[in-house]
Amino acid sequence: MSEDKSPITTPGKRELTNKPRFSDKVFRGVATAGGLSSLVILGLILIFLGYQGFQVLRSEGFGFITGSNWQVIQDNAGNTDLSASSFGIAAMLVGTLLCAALAVSIAVPISVLCALYLTFYAPQFLKKIMVAIIDLMAAFPSILFGMWGFFVLMPHVEYWAKLIHKYFSWIPLFKMEISVFTRSPFVAGVVLAIMIIPIITSVSREIFSQTPLDRVQAAYALGATRWSMIRAVVIPYGKSGVVGGAMLGLGRAMGETVAVYTVLNLVYQINWHVLIGAGGNVASMILLKFGEAGPTETRALMAAGLVLFLLTLLVNSIANTIVSRTGGKGR
Amino acid sequence: MSNLTLKPTKPWKRTPKQQLLIAVNLLVAAAISFVIVLVTPMKGKLAYLLLFFISTIIVNFAENYFKSGIAAAKDSIATSFATAGLIIVIVPIFSILFTIFERGRAGLNFGLFLHDMKSNGPNDPLGQGGLLHALVGSGIMVGIALLISLPIGILTAIYLTEIKGIFSRPIKFLVQAMSGVPSIVAGLFILSAVVFPITKSSSGLMGGLALSILMIPTIARTSEEVLLLIPNDLREAGIALGGTQWRTISLIVVPAAKSGLITATILGLARVAGETAPLILVSGGGDAVNPNPFHSPMGSLPFYIWKGFTFGTPESIARSWAGIFVLLSIIFLLFIAARTLSGSGEKK
Repeated sequence: MSEDKSPITTPGKRELTNKPRFSDKVFRGVATAGGLSSLVILGLILIFLGYQGFQVLRSEGFGFITGSNWQVIQDNAGNTDLSASSFGIAAMLVGTLLCAALAVSIAVPISVLCALYLTFYAPQFLKKIMVAIIDLMAAFPSILFGMWGFFVLMPHVEYWAKLIHKYFSWIPLFKMEISVFTRSPFVAGVVLAIMIIPIITSVSREIFSQTPLDRVQAAYALGATRWSMIRAVVIPYGKSGVVGGAMLGLGRAMGETVAVYTVLNLVYQINWHVLIGAGGNVASMILLKFGEAGPTETRALMAAGLVLFLLTLLVNSIANTIVSRTGGKGR
Repeated sequence: MSNLTLKPTKPWKRTPKQQLLIAVNLLVAAAISFVIVLVTPMKGKLAYLLLFFISTIIVNFAENYFKSGIAAAKDSIATSFATAGLIIVIVPIFSILFTIFERGRAGLNFGLFLHDMKSNGPNDPLGQGGLLHALVGSGIMVGIALLISLPIGILTAIYLTEIKGIFSRPIKFLVQAMSGVPSIVAGLFILSAVVFPITKSSSGLMGGLALSILMIPTIARTSEEVLLLIPNDLREAGIALGGTQWRTISLIVVPAAKSGLITATILGLARVAGETAPLILVSGGGDAVNPNPFHSPMGSLPFYIWKGFTFGTPESIARSWAGIFVLLSIIFLLFIAARTLSGSGEKK
């Protein structure tokens, strides 16, 4: 303690700055670049598919979406004659929307009921197990659904289709002139419904479990039964979230390729009757035609991919906007 | 002081009498449905199930109506429907698992992991050939996808949670939009952007690139959720000790979130391991083991399954089921690994 004879040196004024250091600048730059990669990738998908499909889109114009003729005509030299050939995906687009809409209308009631059961009825142990199983089911590969649908589910669904045809054929949607029940949009819709049930269930479950506890308890305190509590509190709170989840399922169902390919009979004809074994699907059509497609037809397939990409992007954006608006909203 | 001890009770638990009543209700409903099937022209399993469901509702409704009034009766209907919803979700899951087990068993043998299909056609007897080439190919392609997506995904998550720059909201939106990109579009994109203009041939690298497009959003979204769970105190402590943002994140935040980030990675792997459509388009599908991702087509597990299925003979389809068995076992193991890791992370 006595060695302190030297004069006290006060440290100089510390340099205060809010400028980030060099290392931070580099780090932020790298992280921003990584973050922007999703923008870059989506942009590149748009540019490249558009570039490859441009020639076909220009020669077909609006007919690419409204026409339902897919004919490749070659001239004498063996090259594809673009002006004589016609590419139109209307039948496939209608089929895609039909299958997806069918899937959503089957899956939504089941998923919502299941989510309600898991959130408000299930005992704790069952809830844990079921949530894990449903998450696992969401990760099942689509080819598995396809093969299971083809070998196991299809015979059952055909039987259901015959029953529906027998009793409900007065509804225009279920009408059919030729009785071919195999590989119909109805079968594809049921397989897709089973594929999207886990997605819709987990989104709905998450929304339902965010219901403000005080309101739930208030309803019970006022003497509500479980059902009247759900109707008065949970459903008004979670309604738009369920809609968002359904749209996410719709997006997934529209982009599905392999599962639909295995259970759907692709026919180039606009068909609204879901029970007839003739349907369409853009993604499956791309897979089907790709194998033997020449250069020009491949370009047309790229254009079809672009349409599919834009369609799913639109549906998903709407869905995500709805879901993120619901989360944390109080009324 | 009496030695009266109060035991915790569960007044909401069903008494034996109530449980008996539930069982009686179900039995009555079953009997009703049986009688209806017997006397009316409705036949078959479907009729049994439907009638059983309807009669359960009616019996429960009647019981609750006479015991506690209309509100309780309505509640019982809702309970029946919610339970039915759960059962309808469970049935396909177990049907799928049972089918895989039943049909995959025939094609499973140890030689599957030792041989490829170089000298065997899909129609050969089941003992010959194997899926080694598919396992190697899937491993390489998923590995390439992981190498690309892991840095991009985690950087995106860091940008969204730590840097929170001006692009945060649009990027969040775009990542969500990207997770909805159909898998076939990812394949077409790689085809149009890389295969046609540059390489002009399919290879394992192309498959890996296509898979990474599907993997990035999964990793980014899960990592973002994990990083959001890290308490702000840790970040403040790091800054207060004089760390720069880079050092705080790399030495404190990311290590704290390690198990969650590994979970995110595993979920990403499970997401792409079974993708079929893009691989059919861009990776070709060789029958021999091909360890070189830059040259010549490469087989993969989903492609192996697809090939067996489209070939259409009983042997080739049995091969497909065996392939699905292997693929789903891998996905299942990945899932269990992810669950255990995230579970142990939460306990700390």
